[in-house]
Amino acid sequence: MNSYNLKYFQYNDNSLLISWPERIDENINNDVNEFKKRLETGFKYILEIRSSYCSLLLIFNKKINNINKLIEKLKNLYLSRKSLSKYDRILWNIPVCYENSFALDIDIISKQNKISKEDIIVRHSKTIYSIYLIGFLPGFMYLGGLDNALHTPRKEEPRLRVPKGSVAIGGEQTGIYPQQSPGGWNILGNTPINLFDKSKDIPCFAKPGDKVKFFQVSEDQYKLIEKEMEFGLYELNKEVLND
Amino acid sequence: MIKVIDPGFYTSIQDKGRFGFQNYGIPVSGCMDENSAEIANQILGNLTSSALLELTMTGCSLEFEKDTIIAVTGSDMNAKLNSFSIQMYNKIDVKEGDLLSFGRFEYGFRTYIAFQGGIKSEKVMKSRSMYNGITKSFKIQKNDQIILNNSVNESRSINQEKIKKLVIFDHIDCYKGPEFHKLSKENKEILLKKEFSISNNHNRMGYILEQNLKNNINPILTSHVMPGTVQLTPGGKIIILMRDCQTTGGYPRILQLTNNGINMLSQKMTNSVIKFNIKEIS
Repeated sequence: MNSYNLKYFQYNDNSLLISWPERIDENINNDVNEFKKRLETGFKYILEIRSSYCSLLLIFNKKINNINKLIEKLKNLYLSRKSLSKYDRILWNIPVCYENSFALDIDIISKQNKISKEDIIVRHSKTIYSIYLIGFLPGFMYLGGLDNALHTPRKEEPRLRVPKGSVAIGGEQTGIYPQQSPGGWNILGNTPINLFDKSKDIPCFAKPGDKVKFFQVSEDQYKLIEKEMEFGLYELNKEVLND
Repeated sequence: MIKVIDPGFYTSIQDKGRFGFQNYGIPVSGCMDENSAEIANQILGNLTSSALLELTMTGCSLEFEKDTIIAVTGSDMNAKLNSFSIQMYNKIDVKEGDLLSFGRFEYGFRTYIAFQGGIKSEKVMKSRSMYNGITKSFKIQKNDQIILNNSVNESRSINQEKIKKLVIFDHIDCYKGPEFHKLSKENKEILLKKEFSISNNHNRMGYILEQNLKNNINPILTSHVMPGTVQLTPGGKIIILMRDCQTTGGYPRILQLTNNGINMLSQKMTNSVIKFNIKEIS
């Protein structure tokens, strides 16, 4: 198990930022989420822990009194995490319809990367992506691991209304718009799945550290799943990975 | 029950905010000036987490359909009950049929109206704070009905001398942000010594300052931000994130306002002058 050189920074009276080396790297992000898991079980006074590509933000429910002591404790905990068994990661299989009525920018992606639409769909749906971060909008997952041949820069002029469920590419990342919003990513499909349900205790089914894979559905299948979602009948396919 | 006759420019229901959901991209929200809001609730003997109304720049007008007790704090907008001026930072008895309205605002930018028992509105993810896409609406509308909780305890007596009324300072307390050390010496000096003013671009999500700071630092890999985080854009704009801000961002985080710094800034408006008071965390 890799150990990284972590930096500890007191962010405000009750928050602490822990930073790993600053890069998009699956090993780093796994380490971030494993440390988060470790902190969630048995670290006192934590109100919430937020994870990102290469950092954790710890928010305490009281003022930090002795920052040095706290950092010392965290350092020890980080080093002792070796004894932990690796936690199970969940792989979510998400249906996507890549047909023209949804794939508003697939021609741009095709032209810019000089690959066929069929090839785009194959490459986009064969990768297992990592959820590095949920942010920007409630339930918006930043997915890393996009095939190099699909990297497409963000649009210079963002769209004012990206439809809900749009599956899109922004630079070297892909993601899904959980609600209609302005956005600059290139849209190549749409999912009928709800990514965010505010009536639930845990509003998103997935969390940072989980994995995502897309599978292609036709427009008819899309409509069927949409109906099933509406009546709460659709069950999202998930697998437990224990690598 | 209370009927909204005129909602004013931007009036919303707020409490202490939504905690525990930032990892899913949900903003914290909550009262912009937490301090004034807490005092309003304290005056009535409410829990400090009780939901109340936050008024922005202009007042609203409300008709009471039941007797209750209210308290008004924060920015002075010349509150009137029927046609009589009422005292802020005080318990005010309200009778069925009374009309609460406001006039010209004197100072500050945000006023709080607390009601005995607190507002009982839709609770989403453990909070009643209004936010676009989370609650049904993000501000109150004409003809809305505001429902109150039954107050359990008769209001406690409050030592009037202990109530700290709103005093607005130009100095905004803050700490050094995670990327402060990357700033040039010159930029650090400017932040420490110069005055800044608020541009006309400010709302519950953030305040953009009028003056730019020549940026010498690169964007960071998307990381955490919080209410009070001060960001520096590649173009040199200084953005101070407020209670409704997004949870992540890629601009360098040069400063972090203290909670009191956020409260203080919430009472500022276009052209207000501020100075950063950079403190060490103690």
